Amino acid sequence: MSVITYREALNAALREEMHRDDRVFVIGEEVGLYQGAYKVTQGLLQEFGPRRVVDTPICESGFTGVGIGAAMIGLRPVIEMMTFNFAILALDQIINSAAKMYYMSGGQFNIPIVIRGPGGPAHQLAAQHSQSMESYFYHVPGLKVVRPTTPADAKGLLKSAIRDDNPVVFIESETLYAVKGEVPDSPEFTIPLGRAIVRREGRDVTVVAYMGMMYRAMEVADQLEQEGLSVELVDPRTLRPMDTETIISSVRKTHRAVVVEAGAGFAGMGSEIVSFITEQAFDDLDAPVERVTGANAPMPYARNLEQAKTPSKDRIAQAIRNVCYQNGS
Amino acid sequence: MAKANRATSRAGVDADLARRLLSDMMLIRRFEEKSAEAYALGKIGGFLHLYIGQEAVAVGATSVLRPDDYAVSAYRDHGHCLAKGSDPKLVMAELFGRRDGLSHGKGGSMHLFDRRTSFLGGHAIVGAHLPLAAGVAFGIKYQAGDQVIVCYFGDGAVPQGEFHESMNLSALWGLPVIYICENNRYAMGTALERALARTEIWRYGETYGIACEPVDGMEVLAVREVVSRAVDRARKERQPTLIEARTYRYRGHSMRDPAGAVYRTKDEVEQEKLRDPIVLFRNRCLAEGVLSEADVRTIEKDVNDRVDEAVAFADASPEPPLEWLLTDIYKESP
Repeated sequence: MSVITYREALNAALREEMHRDDRVFVIGEEVGLYQGAYKVTQGLLQEFGPRRVVDTPICESGFTGVGIGAAMIGLRPVIEMMTFNFAILALDQIINSAAKMYYMSGGQFNIPIVIRGPGGPAHQLAAQHSQSMESYFYHVPGLKVVRPTTPADAKGLLKSAIRDDNPVVFIESETLYAVKGEVPDSPEFTIPLGRAIVRREGRDVTVVAYMGMMYRAMEVADQLEQEGLSVELVDPRTLRPMDTETIISSVRKTHRAVVVEAGAGFAGMGSEIVSFITEQAFDDLDAPVERVTGANAPMPYARNLEQAKTPSKDRIAQAIRNVCYQNGS
Repeated sequence: MAKANRATSRAGVDADLARRLLSDMMLIRRFEEKSAEAYALGKIGGFLHLYIGQEAVAVGATSVLRPDDYAVSAYRDHGHCLAKGSDPKLVMAELFGRRDGLSHGKGGSMHLFDRRTSFLGGHAIVGAHLPLAAGVAFGIKYQAGDQVIVCYFGDGAVPQGEFHESMNLSALWGLPVIYICENNRYAMGTALERALARTEIWRYGETYGIACEPVDGMEVLAVREVVSRAVDRARKERQPTLIEARTYRYRGHSMRDPAGAVYRTKDEVEQEKLRDPIVLFRNRCLAEGVLSEADVRTIEKDVNDRVDEAVAFADASPEPPLEWLLTDIYKESP
């Protein structure tokens, strides 16, 4: 076990999987000579050479298609989006080519690719460079979608994603790259896709959150502990396929739930989570489930407006008190 | 129009090759005619884009490929798939949406795939399969293989960004890919002149430093010759080629545009039919004595029989079971 950053954990996952399997290669903008726009691919060009660390010109649709084509004949590319905002340019390739090929071909051609890079709210990057992108992808049958919150998850889930035989959209975060945590050193360490984790055990209320919102909810949970509220935190980790079982069994225990997401709420991840909680555990609920979501606005630049855009600790705490009927009403 | 390569007569074609080329073209023609009939009878649904008139391109190009070379196409893909060697029975069953189809009825006319023949699919978002072809070529090179890939697309794909991205990447990285633009002069109903600032499509290759040339897409031997050079270039020098095959579709864009009458004249279509690729090649073979009238009749009968068999097979094949709605979405990883 070592204490390393989220960035270093991703780098270790790539390095280990490239050592393990010659079919794995990294392709994208600035992944080689520049060492990665966010340094996730640092040192890979020196270690593996230009055959396996492929710098591309700026053409997201083109190089994503190249990755998918290479996967059709058996390679396992890891395609880096410098930021996921740029993946919109490759959305057709990801949805119409990668996600559907296995189905359209009647099971003849699966597409084992990982599309990875940072997404979600960043710091004052404004509307086009700072947005939660997962909703564009988790709607699509054929894609798997991962949002890893901790350094250990970043490593273990990326390794599983690379070994998976399907297209996996793996969205990291600029705001988490420097976060440190304990990460197993073993090259055999992986975390299976599709398994949620209970990050904090509690009795009174289940809070579902991931990425930056999980860290924020954790602080809120610690604070509410002082008020006598015991909060259980569940991190789905993989958004598709989602481990509904872990979330439902937590709700069955606490009888109350709050879902937190950074993205704009309309038809967001929270909508889906609330739906299946209501469908599967309605009789277990002692209060309506609450959602705490980002504002329905593009990301503003101004610092104060940006802070108001994503769920604050106060709003999360308020929602938890609401479902526990602890707001003095 | 720049001069296109025309095959000269007496091109050194022996009877076996002539029989194969003629038979492959006639098979596609007959297959497409029968598909149109089946569509009219409601046995085929959705969009159906016929390849009639363009047969010399797929057949000429495939005739210089090895079986392990790859091909990939757009939505007008029946001809390319059949030329690459797929069993017409399985192709027709796919068009009928039946369980014995190439993709078990899940793909349909626009999404034919056949791993056995290295046919990497029909792709129905215009331009999107050009980067896939570059990726296959990248993969071949990565694995130090000596296959090549042929990528067919229409003139309608040329204004798309992915055409230009693919030309650039293929040239930049030296990829063994042969891009064949089948210029049939209309992107659906939009004439070339209304879509492209520069209508000599092959010249876009010059922009990217790619070997490029036009060819008369109605002359199967001319296509063969040009693609053969491109295959050599791809296999031996690992360099891409852009070929503009000038051709014409006799039917409308799809069965929903049966005559293609709004955007082109009857006279134009009739004029183009005088250069029917099958008639041109058949007449040449007869004139040069490579094939006899009896040979042609034998081929015709054989082709008709095979297509009839394909239709009967498709008719008899059951619908896919309902459970298959939810299979082939995710592959189970070991």
